[in-house]
Amino acid sequence: MANDPIHQFQIAKWIPIEIGGVDFSFTNSSAFMAATVIAAGGFLYLTTSNRGLIPSRLQSISEMSYEFVANMLRDAAGTQGMKFFPLVFSLFMFVLVANLLGMFPYFFTVTSHLIVTAALALLVIGVVIGYGFWKHGFGFLKLFVPSGVPIFLVPLVVAIEIVSFLSRPISLSVRLFANMLAGHITLKVFAGFVTSLSALGVLGIAGSILPLLMAVAITALEFLVAFLQAYVFAVLTCMYLNDAIHPGH
Amino acid sequence: MEAEAAKYIGAGIACLGMGGAGIGLGHIFGNYLAGALRNPSAADGQRPNMLFAFAVTEALGIFSLLVAILLLFVV
Repeated sequence: MANDPIHQFQIAKWIPIEIGGVDFSFTNSSAFMAATVIAAGGFLYLTTSNRGLIPSRLQSISEMSYEFVANMLRDAAGTQGMKFFPLVFSLFMFVLVANLLGMFPYFFTVTSHLIVTAALALLVIGVVIGYGFWKHGFGFLKLFVPSGVPIFLVPLVVAIEIVSFLSRPISLSVRLFANMLAGHITLKVFAGFVTSLSALGVLGIAGSILPLLMAVAITALEFLVAFLQAYVFAVLTCMYLNDAIHPGH
Repeated sequence: MEAEAAKYIGAGIACLGMGGAGIGLGHIFGNYLAGALRNPSAADGQRPNMLFAFAVTEALGIFSLLVAILLLFVV
């Protein structure tokens, strides 16, 4: 099919590298991850390197994003959570910039691959489990026993809490990945309607205005989703970190 | 039934799940609007919560869309 909506997610090897039978190739995914880090880091560095007391427009964007994430973390995890600020801020900026870079035509969306978002989610859950056990020892397991539960309900509640804890990395990664994947596919499907309708002649060209307008509207919605999913990822990270810092309910 | 036909029927059934997400989103925006009209001064403070609930609920609809897409293009 000429306008296959899945084609945009294909991994292309740009520089094939293989070490000991393991594939370490530099792909378009790696290139756009590097571009994401350079764009986010470069923007924050350049806008805050010669900062003034009265911020310029670009400087206030960096300051606003800093304040935004800092408030989010302080609300969810308290002042004790602020030691995790670098982690949460890096995750937020990486996901946000990767989502926004993916909105450019012909650009690769890094977060539309499950393996990337699963790695980010496992990092978060790994930090939560590691810090929880390091800080509280086995007291961290109080997380699974909510206080004030009748004693005969405890086994049931503990089972439910464990299942919900184990499903966190899955839902965290699949939410981001599926939103990005489905959004880009919907965009390409509506764009495909435009080309296939306009091939039908004059009447088709007149009718193709409708899916064109729809594609424009979906693009706007995708920008909202790109920001919202980065926000949701960061907020959920803050909530999970709060569980590691204060395990008792 | 041919496997190809079952694939398309399955994709159609998977899309029914999006109706549930639609009901949920209607609840979120409707209740937010109802609350905001009763107490407009508190509305701004609750907007982030509403957007958060929107994103979490919308994700469930996206999951069923994902199942449909997997059936159509991958299986």
